[in-house]
Amino acid sequence: MSKKKVISNAQIVDPDSGFNEVSNLYIDGKSIAHIGSKAPDGFKPDEIIDATDQLLFPGIIDLSAYLRDPGQEYKATIESESAAAVSAGITQLYYMPEPQTTIDSMPTVNLIKKRAKAEKKVRIGVIGSITQGLKGEQLTNMGGLKYAGCAGVTNQRQAFSSTRTLRMAMDYATTFDLPVLLHPIDHALMGNGCVHEGAVATRVGLPSIPVAAETTAVAQIITLAEELGVAVHLCRLSAANSVELIRTAKQKGLPVTADVAAHQLFLTEMDISDFNPLCHVQPPLRSQRDLDALRRGVADGTIDAICSDHQPHEIDAKLAPFQQTQPGISALETLLPLTMRLVEEGSMSLETAIASITCRPAKTIRNKQGKIQLGLHADFTLFDKNDLWRLETAKMKSKGKNTPFEGWSFSGRSTKTFVKGKRVFDRSA
Amino acid sequence: MTNSDLSPGPLPASLQFTADGRLKHFLTIEGLPPLLLEEILNRAEQFVTLPNKTQNKAPLLRGKTVVNLFFENSTRTRTTFELAAQRLSADIISLDIRTSATTKGESLLDTIRNLEAMNVDMFVVRHQHSGAAHFIARYCAPHISVLNAGDGHHAHPTQALLDMLTIRQHKGAFPPLKVAIVGDILHSRVARSQIHALTTLCTGEVRVIGPRTLIPAGIEKMGVNVFHNLYEGLDDVDVIIMLRLQKERMHDALLPSAHEFYKRYGLREEGLSYAKPDAIVMHPGPTNRGVEIESQVADGPQSVILQQVTNGIAVRMAIMSMVMGAQSGQAL
Repeated sequence: MSKKKVISNAQIVDPDSGFNEVSNLYIDGKSIAHIGSKAPDGFKPDEIIDATDQLLFPGIIDLSAYLRDPGQEYKATIESESAAAVSAGITQLYYMPEPQTTIDSMPTVNLIKKRAKAEKKVRIGVIGSITQGLKGEQLTNMGGLKYAGCAGVTNQRQAFSSTRTLRMAMDYATTFDLPVLLHPIDHALMGNGCVHEGAVATRVGLPSIPVAAETTAVAQIITLAEELGVAVHLCRLSAANSVELIRTAKQKGLPVTADVAAHQLFLTEMDISDFNPLCHVQPPLRSQRDLDALRRGVADGTIDAICSDHQPHEIDAKLAPFQQTQPGISALETLLPLTMRLVEEGSMSLETAIASITCRPAKTIRNKQGKIQLGLHADFTLFDKNDLWRLETAKMKSKGKNTPFEGWSFSGRSTKTFVKGKRVFDRSA
Repeated sequence: MTNSDLSPGPLPASLQFTADGRLKHFLTIEGLPPLLLEEILNRAEQFVTLPNKTQNKAPLLRGKTVVNLFFENSTRTRTTFELAAQRLSADIISLDIRTSATTKGESLLDTIRNLEAMNVDMFVVRHQHSGAAHFIARYCAPHISVLNAGDGHHAHPTQALLDMLTIRQHKGAFPPLKVAIVGDILHSRVARSQIHALTTLCTGEVRVIGPRTLIPAGIEKMGVNVFHNLYEGLDDVDVIIMLRLQKERMHDALLPSAHEFYKRYGLREEGLSYAKPDAIVMHPGPTNRGVEIESQVADGPQSVILQQVTNGIAVRMAIMSMVMGAQSGQAL
């Protein structure tokens, strides 16, 4: 007999179906058995969890996290980051390859999947490399990667050796129905830049990255996707003009999707004016106008998903003059708080905010979860709207404490996280 | 060192002062009050030595140890800092870090920690990355003062102040002046610090002149007017500051050739004639004759280039004595 649970009296928000009511969620084993005020006939719960005054929404699906394991365990491990993820309501994350861990063979995929499974916490999907060693030259054995269970392929932030290689990679991956995730970067235009080109970069004298380093790549990728008739996902937008290009592509009916990192919706170029290495990110923090356009893009659906782009670092990686520090933010634990803050600041509705971290990213990566619906696995989060708290790096569960949001106050916090009907995190425990 | 130490520190400008408002580090001109700049210039004036006069050492920094930390090569800046320290009776050592520990993989912070352990009092830092002096000031021991001798493209504040001293000696007050800075503004920390100094001292108009590829985005927000034509930009100015053009710019698609640059933006007698008849010509050195300036102009009657070098020692003496807490006029 599988275990039966009831989450009672929760405000259930399922943006996919538009359901938003105070109700009960009935779980049978791994799956959602019923949603309603009354139990289905013969349902005898083994456990009743009272969720009065709490929100219940689908578990968060994070499209991008660097877990550093295997290879850079001094930065983070699958163990540490799994615990961090579920503590912040994340039930599924996607492990991104990087030059130190290029996921270009079946054994690497299997190793990561094995380590992830041992944690029995968050679901970890693996994104494989689209070229060998992420060098942008020779394609990987994508048929094999698909067979090993890769959820998609990417060249991360590395350059393709030519536009032709990019085009062939997109086409070949589509043979195996692998979602293609591309970071729009023109590496020649980016050069050795590390901050947004503009008045702030000029004043602090840091080498800068023009907006065109992103927009020319966005335009190029959209053009190739249109010609080949393949779907493509654009990762980590930073500029208003990129949002505009994607809006136009979507209006033409092209199968283009996009995401943005949560920090890009809250920080701007002004935040690096004191050389704060914690705000060193790629793509760079841009202007207030870009930030506003990105928020509007999420609100109107042009940008499908908000992700963490989690990049945990050891302290030494950030202890140097700005240019010499490693980019990235340890962000698993701020993805949900920042997204909910968008609602508080009036940028979008609660449903839109939740959709942008659940069913919308799920759809882009062809994952059927991200919803609270009958028959699906019971992956969800309970959220206490009235918990006021302040982010303290010392209390973060991630091994990487590199966040610029230390000291920020948030209203509302995840209390319990469930994956496949099993409680994987409980703040009161 | 814990992660909370990584949280944003004070802005570079406020980092420069002690809690009671005394100058502690000298990292950037930006954010310094005009009265402080005047005070530094006044003090520097006292240190300016007349030619042929015997150089007496002031005992203001007796017993203090100054370390020149040069991560990037420099002859003029380093030498003038050395002389300034010696004329204030300090002990000074110069480290050429490129040939030292960091090439063996030691981190910048470890280098600093090791030197701190040798009980030094002041670091003079030149580094190829913007914000390096600010970084050292944030993390070094509390009794140490940091002087920025040039960081990346960010700032070179002592150079800017020696230029201000030179301008003041020739022109007096700043508000009626028009000053033009010509050349590679994009890569110039000197230009950025000069702009901050000139605007802080309420200069009438500050102009930057150069081709579009060498004028950084948003520079006008620093309070300057941008010109792309040399003659229009030099029209009626009181001060012309020429910047050094690095040879590698020609390989970076920023400029077609040194020859073309010289034709369009090099300062020759013809260009000089557009400025006021008593305009002065400055250059932070080292000059590229025939690239950004003509020899006749560099050596001509309006050139004050060598006076800048002399003033460099005085300004650095003034700043060194101020951050070490020595009182103005003491034992002079």
